[in-house]
Amino acid sequence: MTMKTSTRQIDGVSILDCSGRITLGEGSVVLRDVVRDLLAKGQKKILLNLGDVSYIDSSGIGELVSAFTTVRNQGGELKLLNLTKKVHDLLQITKLYTVFDVREDEANAIKSFK
Amino acid sequence: MTGHRESYTMDSTLETVDSAELAACRIAAAAGFDEDQIMQISMAVREAAVNAVLHGNAYDPAKKVKLEFEHTSNDLVITIRDQGRGLDPSKIPDPLAAENLLKTSGRGIFLIRSFMDEVQIHPSQTGTEIKLVKHVPGASGGVKEVSQ
Repeated sequence: MTMKTSTRQIDGVSILDCSGRITLGEGSVVLRDVVRDLLAKGQKKILLNLGDVSYIDSSGIGELVSAFTTVRNQGGELKLLNLTKKVHDLLQITKLYTVFDVREDEANAIKSFK
Repeated sequence: MTGHRESYTMDSTLETVDSAELAACRIAAAAGFDEDQIMQISMAVREAAVNAVLHGNAYDPAKKVKLEFEHTSNDLVITIRDQGRGLDPSKIPDPLAAENLLKTSGRGIFLIRSFMDEVQIHPSQTGTEIKLVKHVPGASGGVKEVSQ
């Protein structure tokens, strides 16, 4: 299953609902392009909903890091929402769990943006 | 499927990476590993295949990736060989070091080592061979059976 995304806007926050696999190739490119488009539109508060992401490889992890730093370097914030156990465990063992701002509740996540 | 062996010679493409992952899923399931272990094995194989296709063979259509699975009574042994310039494991930066945490690549070998019981990397001028071993659940740990 390739990666799919859809974007919602709530209270100035762009919620990116992701599903499928974020892996080397198409999945990583899709994420990169969507985040780049949001930034180009001036939307710098981004909440990545990974609840339906079934699989992520090291390239996908790298793409999450890239999105995080790209948004931050442009003065924005990118946070993660609804990690599956697989993604949660991967972020733990790569020590990235504490780098990202990880949220479990969408409403609270939206309020947490400055 | 004790004593079972399967081998493949594959092109240096992204399709090979997906095929290697799927084969690992199927063979690990048949070997009796649980769902978490199957995910670990298949991800380790995927990462090794990515290294072979991208960093080893650099998508060169003239170069192949060889993938071999061997299931003995004690272990699932997976060997991936490329025909690249050879990967020097001593030169792989630690992805957990503070200065590397925000790098966008360099986690593949780390994940492989995290998920497998044994990992051997054999670089040479004709390519890199990486051998991944996962112990079969409940195996006695006795003398390994070697299939012919």
